[in-house]
Amino acid sequence: MHDMSHAVHHGEPTSFIRKHVFSLDHKVIGKQYYGMALIAVFIAMVLSWIMRLHLGWSNLAIPGLHLLSKNGAPGDVPTPEYYLQLMTMHGTIMVFFVLTTAPFTAFGNYFLPIQTGAEDMPFPHFNMMSFWVTFSGFIVLISSFFVSDGPTLGGWTQYAPLSAAGAVTGPGQGWGVVLWAISIGLFCVGQLFGSLNFITTTLDMRCKGMSLMRLPLSAWAWFLTSVMGLGAFAVLMPAVILLILDHLAGTSFFVASNLVINDQVLPHSGGSTLLWQHLFWFFGHPEVYIALVPGMGITSHVLITNMRRPMLSHRVLIYSMGALVVLSYMVYGHHMFVAGMNPISSLAFSFPTLIITIPSTIIVLIWLGSLYGSKLRINSASLFALGFISMFISGGVSGFFLAQPSIDIMLHATYFVVGHFHLVMAVAAMFGIFAGTYFWFPKMFGRMMNEPLGKIHFWCSFVGAYCIFMPFHYLGIAGNIRRYQAMVDDYLVPLIPVHKFITIAALFTGAAQLIFLYNLIYSRFKGPKAPNDNPWEGTSLEWSTATPPPHNNWGDKMPVVYHDPYQYSVEGAKQDFIMQASPEPVHSADEEK
Amino acid sequence: MATTVHEPPSIDLERLRDSSGNGGWRNLVPAGGDPRKVKYHSPPPASTGIWVGLAGITMTFAAFTSALVVRQGASYTDWRHITLPPVLYLDTLIIVASSVTLEIARRRVAAFMGGVMHRAAVPARWLYLTFFLGLLFIAGQTYAWLQLRSQGIKLSTNISYSFFYVLTVIHALHLLGGIGGMARVISKFNHLSLKRSTLDATSRYWHFMGVLWIYLFWLLWTRL
Amino acid sequence: MAKLVAVTIVVIAILSAIPIITHKWPGDISVGLPQDISTHGELIDEQYADTMLEAGISFLISQFLLAYFIWRFSQPKPGDKIRSFPGGATGLVVAAFLLVGTEVLALGVFGAKAWGSIYFTPPAANAMPVQVQAGQFAFYFRYPGPDGRFGPLHPNLISEANANFFGLDTTNDQDSKDDIVTAEMAIPVNREIHLLMHSKDLGHAFFVPELRIHQDFVPGLDLSVHFTATKIGKYEIVCTQLCGLGHFNMKAYLEVMSQQDFDNWLKQQAALQ
Repeated sequence: MHDMSHAVHHGEPTSFIRKHVFSLDHKVIGKQYYGMALIAVFIAMVLSWIMRLHLGWSNLAIPGLHLLSKNGAPGDVPTPEYYLQLMTMHGTIMVFFVLTTAPFTAFGNYFLPIQTGAEDMPFPHFNMMSFWVTFSGFIVLISSFFVSDGPTLGGWTQYAPLSAAGAVTGPGQGWGVVLWAISIGLFCVGQLFGSLNFITTTLDMRCKGMSLMRLPLSAWAWFLTSVMGLGAFAVLMPAVILLILDHLAGTSFFVASNLVINDQVLPHSGGSTLLWQHLFWFFGHPEVYIALVPGMGITSHVLITNMRRPMLSHRVLIYSMGALVVLSYMVYGHHMFVAGMNPISSLAFSFPTLIITIPSTIIVLIWLGSLYGSKLRINSASLFALGFISMFISGGVSGFFLAQPSIDIMLHATYFVVGHFHLVMAVAAMFGIFAGTYFWFPKMFGRMMNEPLGKIHFWCSFVGAYCIFMPFHYLGIAGNIRRYQAMVDDYLVPLIPVHKFITIAALFTGAAQLIFLYNLIYSRFKGPKAPNDNPWEGTSLEWSTATPPPHNNWGDKMPVVYHDPYQYSVEGAKQDFIMQASPEPVHSADEEK
Repeated sequence: MATTVHEPPSIDLERLRDSSGNGGWRNLVPAGGDPRKVKYHSPPPASTGIWVGLAGITMTFAAFTSALVVRQGASYTDWRHITLPPVLYLDTLIIVASSVTLEIARRRVAAFMGGVMHRAAVPARWLYLTFFLGLLFIAGQTYAWLQLRSQGIKLSTNISYSFFYVLTVIHALHLLGGIGGMARVISKFNHLSLKRSTLDATSRYWHFMGVLWIYLFWLLWTRL
Repeated sequence: MAKLVAVTIVVIAILSAIPIITHKWPGDISVGLPQDISTHGELIDEQYADTMLEAGISFLISQFLLAYFIWRFSQPKPGDKIRSFPGGATGLVVAAFLLVGTEVLALGVFGAKAWGSIYFTPPAANAMPVQVQAGQFAFYFRYPGPDGRFGPLHPNLISEANANFFGLDTTNDQDSKDDIVTAEMAIPVNREIHLLMHSKDLGHAFFVPELRIHQDFVPGLDLSVHFTATKIGKYEIVCTQLCGLGHFNMKAYLEVMSQQDFDNWLKQQAALQ
């Protein structure tokens, strides 16, 4: 089962298929992941547009929607169930196939081996499998749009027994759920093999002189994320296997006895509703950090290069991210405060959740403290990195509320929660992806992206994201429940103008992403050539090699590392920076004592 | 701001060219340390990789275990405890025996590689034996499933049977992976291209499957 | 460009705070917490206010600092040198532990008190029992009637067509004969209610924002909450746990009445059974 062939022995492929499709090269696999995430994010964005339009104007016909689903949108107006189906697909696509793949497996695949000084991942066949299994999961998920009842409507959390009791519970709850579960199962397998490679690369494949503490922060973030992924996806997979069996084999893992739908008693007995929630959130909370931590690493990496100084403390940032990893497994119960858990457990989960604010605060303070006295360069990449910090602060402070069970009574399952997780794990993670894209594009493709367009993209995204997600919090405080396709409750009707404002902001912000898409595609083929191998004057290993890097990353000369990763503004150096692979002596600055 | 100067070490480029991945796990260089002190050979990634893989498998079965515990606690009324098919006792012996034969094979291969033994057939025999004991175990499991089915016991008959089928099938799938790995080891051995690290990783996986089986057997047999 | 970023961050931070402080969205839309009509809600509201104060201050200070540093350090002159933040990383770590650590500890401890006041106190012996059943996509309520006892439930007897929503056997079960089933919940003011919750089919939730009560229905589990309403009026009970296509429309009304009105209402409902 385990392919132990050593990475360095695979030669450069010559055929098109082995080079670009079934490639063993981590760089190609990274680009494949990025391409998949790009397709996925635009699908998910269109879904969110339809949802937002429907929430603002619930009788509005959306031209052409009936083409996607005749039953789901008769007369182009989405039905209540179709709204929920689109919402479920938006959440699933975003969480799994965008926020996990783009910052973690896409950039991580491309740059982790390069930043560690390896020639490739240690198990390239597993790596190739990882992508293609994940990709088939994506295809299975998208295919559920085209089965008779459409995709599942159970939300990305798929709470049982709505998800497990079968087609009687609503449209899409038969094959829709099964396809969803198969897709997620495949995704888990793909990510487990990915994590195996990431961890082993970091531990075993580092080049000469590259100690663990000399790894750049982005490499550390990918490594820590893969540790989280190993635990989280290994738990989600059994959960979806049991869910599939409840559907196809008639077992009763999650469906309790004596449930009555349409006056018929369901044939299941004794299943546990809370079991699904425990398994799901044991995965689900680390998943939030799986989406977020790579963004932290990328942001730190991009910011350091553009601040021309190392962080105040390399170690403290690494330890804080490590603390997030450990704590992320101990807090998952805060998703279930009012779910019928023992009220003492709620308190027990509340304290670690509150404690997780300490490493998060340290990370923010280190960022801010490092900005102080720096020589900040403003470009598209650094703008998005700064935007990440702002978004992380905004999304983070609402965590104070949701960590407390007593306040959760008012805010659970409201738009406050939706605003919180969108800012902290969706918008922030997207900003990390954008920062990484603008930063590494020259290395990946040998061409520069258009800066003015990048800055316009930043302004629209930054202001737009706040216009969308800040009002979510106000709605939530006023008691607006999430996952409602229309606001019909007496106390919710007055809030509809706020929804209209959000919808307009969402359409605007979404449209601005087309600028990014244009910039990406145009620059890929027509952008100006990168002036040299190191356009941002970076220090880490990816800037030491050719652009784009050769098949084995280094040509015939393996790198040797002499320094800590971020030697910027070094006194007495020839330039204001010394690269990790440069033997030039360092008159060390103040970063590590 | 203290100023310390790290002198650049001189690097023997000839020695570098044929090595890669020397910063490994058991091979740390202190920050600011001297790269010349780095050891020449890094541990093969297979030996780290296998532990990472086993950690993932452990998490999966831990999740199944907690599901079983929660589910059993959730309903006292509908849990009809399973009577394990007798063939499983035999299967347990088989999988233990396969670990023993594998260890013998590993020692013989080591002796063979060290040049103490010259006839390749001797270690190969033990590898084949391990391989067939693995297949025999799967056959035994299949017999158990068929036997239960002939008694009319399906996945949905009772939740304790659901767990029995799920755990045994998933364990068997993992063991099939091990059998595939063993086939690869045998083929490489026959072509004299077997690396110690490959054999070691495969045997760690194999032993782990044995220990896992004994644990699952206990978990299904006992009434928590 | 950098100065514009800094100004934008400050403007966004201030604009974000205004609706929180004024509880108003343009057009005179109220976006604050709904009024509180419960006896236990005060602790929750206090906890919310304290948290808002601390979170709000953290939010504004961090965003302002970010903006200021971007403004100040983005156009270095050629001779500028890198400077370290006074106190360095150690100072910041200590600050984080001291400030945020004590902050969250305090929030945790006081929050635990608020939580305990609701969940760790048993209902009073004379609390009035009311049963609520959630199903796709309606709530039904049951009052025990003069005998004070609920009859047993028979899921196989549930029939929407015969309006037997709970699955009661009124011919054979003595206790069921006087049970009163309603589609609307009415309770007397200032009287403790012991709400017995169960689900007919899937996961649902019982949320009355004004009552500061929020609890999921868990299929297969019988849960209960208890509360006292202090203000006469008509409020909405909404479902917050996704339960299918009619989720958005799953609601019932809660009428808090004077004891006398309630007695009359109950009599009327009993006559309708």
